[in-house]
Amino acid sequence: MANNHQPHITPLATYLKVAGALFALTFLTITAHSIRGFLGPAAPLIAFSIAAVKAFLVMAWFMHLKYEGIENRVVFALGFFFLLLLFGISITDILSRQVITPVL
Amino acid sequence: MSTSKMINGVPVQEHFKDAFHQFDSAKMGIWLFMVTEILMFGGLFVGYAIFHMKYPEMFAEGARFLDWKLGFINTLVLIFSSLTMALGIYFCQINQIKKAVWALAITILCGAAFMVIKYFEYTHKFHLGIYPGNLLDLAKLNANLTAEGLPLVTSSNLGMYFGFYFCMSGLHGIHVLLGMGLITWCLIRAVRGDFNPNYYTAVEGVGIFWHIVDLIWIFLFPLLYLVG
Repeated sequence: MANNHQPHITPLATYLKVAGALFALTFLTITAHSIRGFLGPAAPLIAFSIAAVKAFLVMAWFMHLKYEGIENRVVFALGFFFLLLLFGISITDILSRQVITPVL
Repeated sequence: MSTSKMINGVPVQEHFKDAFHQFDSAKMGIWLFMVTEILMFGGLFVGYAIFHMKYPEMFAEGARFLDWKLGFINTLVLIFSSLTMALGIYFCQINQIKKAVWALAITILCGAAFMVIKYFEYTHKFHLGIYPGNLLDLAKLNANLTAEGLPLVTSSNLGMYFGFYFCMSGLHGIHVLLGMGLITWCLIRAVRGDFNPNYYTAVEGVGIFWHIVDLIWIFLFPLLYLVG
């Protein structure tokens, strides 16, 4: 381990602010859902963008990744990298299939 | 524990330099475990995305049966439990173990509240005849819908949507139950006086696990309840 230092202690006020932001974003998700007819095809994109911001808040402050060493950040990021790989390869396979003759 | 030495009141295994070295190593193990969690749920998310692309109307029809209000309440409950879990670690760090015990107890109660709401959601679906995959009873479901004066289900493969629904929310529910058990273990150890600002590795590790349960729900909620 590169840095064997005392772990960072996040102040109580920061935790409360992060939780407040998470609650506010959840209400925002519902507000966006209630006007989904107006948003049209952008509605799912907006819902998942808000989810991504919430995920960032949880990872950075609640999971202490903001104060974590580079090793653990890379380890966790690798999970998402391989997930992207799984998604990318699967989706290109499905989308590039051509039915030449029906199997049955 | 015969091969451990005491440093600042913390039992440190012989192969670690000091307590921080031991703490960091334990935490890296948890992060590696979190990667496997991301990939396990990720596989289900990729499957959902592919089949949603193939049968968009069927997925929209399935999402109709989910009550977003219940999912919304569960989201708030889980976010609150994540806050109390983080506070549990915080109170260990500043040596207020009594408050840490309370924070952990509230976290367990939130987990229980989440599961109770899930129980009502599941039993309501079973009552309507909604089961995963081939077990879905389309005739019974349509009979129930007719009785309530609601539009009938047209997709014959609706069971696929609920296969995803029950697998994803069920696997998540199992994680909530396991998390509750692990937090109870931390709570008992905290009451016993195992933790202090120099040693709270178990609470930190279980905390990371509990936050990933929250993290997965943050994506499951819009996926299952809102987008459909």
